Amino acid sequence: MAETVVAPAYRVIPIIPELKPGSMGQVRSFVANEKIQTALGFPGQVVDDWHEKALAKMAELLGKYRSLKVYMDACVHCGACSDKCHYFIGTQDPKNMPVARQDLLRSVYRRYFTLAGKYFPWLVGARDLTRDVLDEWYTYFNQCSECRRCSVFCPYGIDTAEVTMAAREILDSVGYGQKYTNEIIGKVHSIGNNLGLPAPALIDTLQGLEEDVKEDTGVDVRFPIDVKGAEVLLITPSADFFAEPHIDSLIGYAKVFHAAGISWTLSSMSSEAGNFGMFIGNYDQLRKIAMRIREAALELGVKRIVVGECGHAWRVAYSFWNTLTGIGNGADDPFALQLQRQLDQRYRQPTHICELTWDLIERNALRFNKEANDPYVVTFHDSCNVARGSRMGDFAGGQFEIPRNIIRAVANHFVEMADHTTREKTFCCGGGGGLLTDDLIDLRVKGALPRMEALQEVVDLHGVNFMATICAICKAQFSKVLPYYKFDRRLVGGVHQLVSNAIILGETH
Amino acid sequence: MTTAGVVFALLFYLAALVFAGGLTARIVVYARTPVPLKIPTTPAPTTARGVVFRMAREVLLFESLFKANLWTWAFGILFHFGLVLVIVRHLRYFTDPVWFWVAAAQPFGIYGGMAMVLGLAGLWARRILVQRIRYISTPSDHLMLVLLLGIGLSGLAMQYGAHPDVIAVKRFFLGWLRFSLQPMPESALLYLHLSLIAVLMIIFPFSKLLHAPGVFFSPSRNQVDNPREKRHLSSWAAVMDTERPHG
Ligand code: HEM
Ligand code: HEM
Ligand code: SF4
Ligand code: SF4
Repeated sequence: MAETVVAPAYRVIPIIPELKPGSMGQVRSFVANEKIQTALGFPGQVVDDWHEKALAKMAELLGKYRSLKVYMDACVHCGACSDKCHYFIGTQDPKNMPVARQDLLRSVYRRYFTLAGKYFPWLVGARDLTRDVLDEWYTYFNQCSECRRCSVFCPYGIDTAEVTMAAREILDSVGYGQKYTNEIIGKVHSIGNNLGLPAPALIDTLQGLEEDVKEDTGVDVRFPIDVKGAEVLLITPSADFFAEPHIDSLIGYAKVFHAAGISWTLSSMSSEAGNFGMFIGNYDQLRKIAMRIREAALELGVKRIVVGECGHAWRVAYSFWNTLTGIGNGADDPFALQLQRQLDQRYRQPTHICELTWDLIERNALRFNKEANDPYVVTFHDSCNVARGSRMGDFAGGQFEIPRNIIRAVANHFVEMADHTTREKTFCCGGGGGLLTDDLIDLRVKGALPRMEALQEVVDLHGVNFMATICAICKAQFSKVLPYYKFDRRLVGGVHQLVSNAIILGETH
Repeated sequence: MTTAGVVFALLFYLAALVFAGGLTARIVVYARTPVPLKIPTTPAPTTARGVVFRMAREVLLFESLFKANLWTWAFGILFHFGLVLVIVRHLRYFTDPVWFWVAAAQPFGIYGGMAMVLGLAGLWARRILVQRIRYISTPSDHLMLVLLLGIGLSGLAMQYGAHPDVIAVKRFFLGWLRFSLQPMPESALLYLHLSLIAVLMIIFPFSKLLHAPGVFFSPSRNQVDNPREKRHLSSWAAVMDTERPHG
């Protein structure tokens, strides 16, 4: 399959593409098998009474989530969002237009939950829920990376990600889950991280890293794990432990902690920042996965919780952890206070590793040899979940400034990509939201088109040769798709990879 | 007493009831549906005051739409602001004495009708001519524009062509407000105008016109970005904390 996938041509003028109906109808992510499904408490395969079950689930979600309820009603089909999705731009399939994607669900909502759709279905585009419709849901709700770009432009803020999450939740509840995401969630529960890396292997890897860094720098930089009483618990995506280029950022975090003299630890029980529960819109899974971190924090008695470079994980950590598990400030209930009394409330809880590093830089607690990054002309790819679903620092938009500030502090050459592709208007890498799987490589390559166009522009104009980002999924996705666009796969890397290159460690010989 | 007077009086009581009742019921549903998670589209205001400003920019300036598409924004602004002017101007039929600011707005109001029709025409052209928008349009999307255009054009036709007896119209509606039946002047255009308006009021709570109340309830726009500073808990999520917190 992978051999036949080719990157779409850059648009000569980046205009809105012509529609190619049905062009992605055959691209279907693998369906989860019985074992994967039942491990999460979902039916093993599509149940006989899926029709009733799906509608019942939809009714339940409409009652539980105001977002879904309002978004189903409010859309005026103005089309403002229609050309904003990277998957639509790359595939030209009209069902990948955000509003059309929502309409797959909305048409059924109208049929069964609104007066107009009950009596005049043809008038308002209402459809019966048939098996074809269910299959179509599966296809196209697994072609949305929940990146929220559409919601930036919608006059009512309608967030297709919320609709996709609801649709996936309905599909899971009738036994129609996606293999990739659900398998990974199973691994978090059984092993503790998305990659299924058992504790002994993890400990081994960390020892190896200590030796590598020692060899490289001559300094004893530690990679501690399960250290009770450490000040900081670092929660980072498990890809940081062994995937390229992720691991270079992990080394960067360790060097920052070392240089600043902060005691820190990882947790073998909770060795994953990622939370794929969000991708399937399942609150119980979202909460269960987050709860592991609360337990690790209580067990290790840490004072601060810091999160590594990962986009959706930071959204979950920043926006949801306080709600889900009480990791944060400002609670007045016993459940959350149990943890919040332990955490040092002078710090933001949780803290992003970039916030931590930038605070240290601002206090002159770190020194850099910026020339170490002189081989690089750096640009920054904003990751969607950080950009549109979270914040850093004390002001709106800190999530854009802080990583850029760090880059400027550690490297001499930094350029921006085109305005309409950065900050809150950033384009998804094409692999987020539970789509980072080989069975969707066609979609992933096409979805990367808008970012690749913007990258090509700065490569041609400024000779950019390093695209920094702070997301494990972005790093993995770009490493994979860059070659399809004739770029070197090593063009992508982490912000803390640059920090790692330039940081001066106290006792170097 | 004219038959038309009775028919329109009853029709408008019905329409007003459906409109007010339906809309209130919908708003109550929105308000009662929980918001379990913090999902503002960031960067978002970090204070409640900031959210008020953000919502004001959305409702008064269509800020997000402006970022998205200038044509749609321009036509949308023309239509909605035209509509506001027209409605303000129309208040003269329902107030006696006419409120000061309603009287003051009359001269500008005239342009409201034209702006509204122009905007609607532009939006409809877009719906027909732009392939993407045509693809997502349902018959009701077109009909909604036809309905509003019908109201606007019949109104303009009255204003620039066959003026009905507006004094009598006013007497009718002032009476209607006090449940006293008054004659309705004869005018085919006026009957058309009023019938379409009744239809608009009746479908309002059951159609996409719910975007008007909906925008105020959109969590991605109306939430304060402070999840770390303050624990956000909704009713059904809070219950989970009291259960054994074991995964
Ligand atoms: C809080 C008040 C309102 C706000 C903020 C608002 C905002 C908007 C926006 C941003 C759009 C999309 C752009 C456009 O197509 O114009 C829109 C569309 C629309 N609005 Fe409103 N609106 C409001 C009230 C109303 C009311 C009271 C009506 C009708 C009586 C109305 C009728 C429409 C229609 C028919 C469309 C669709 C136009 C099309 O087909 O393209 N709106 N509105
Ligand atoms: C029950 C409520 C209404 C009544 C009694 C009413 C009556 C009238 C009358 C008598 C005119 C002619 C004015 C003249 O000849 O000088 C008129 C004009 C007009 N009406 Fe209405 N109308 C009503 C509601 C509406 C609504 C809800 C809309 C918009 C959606 C609207 C849109 C217009 C427009 C655009 C004009 C022409 C411009 C203007 O005079 O402002 N009307 N209306
Ligand atoms: S959330 Fe992102 S991927 Fe999904 S429809 Fe919107 S723009 Fe496309
Ligand atoms: S921008 Fe919003 S209202 Fe307009 S079509 Fe898209 S989802 Fe619907």
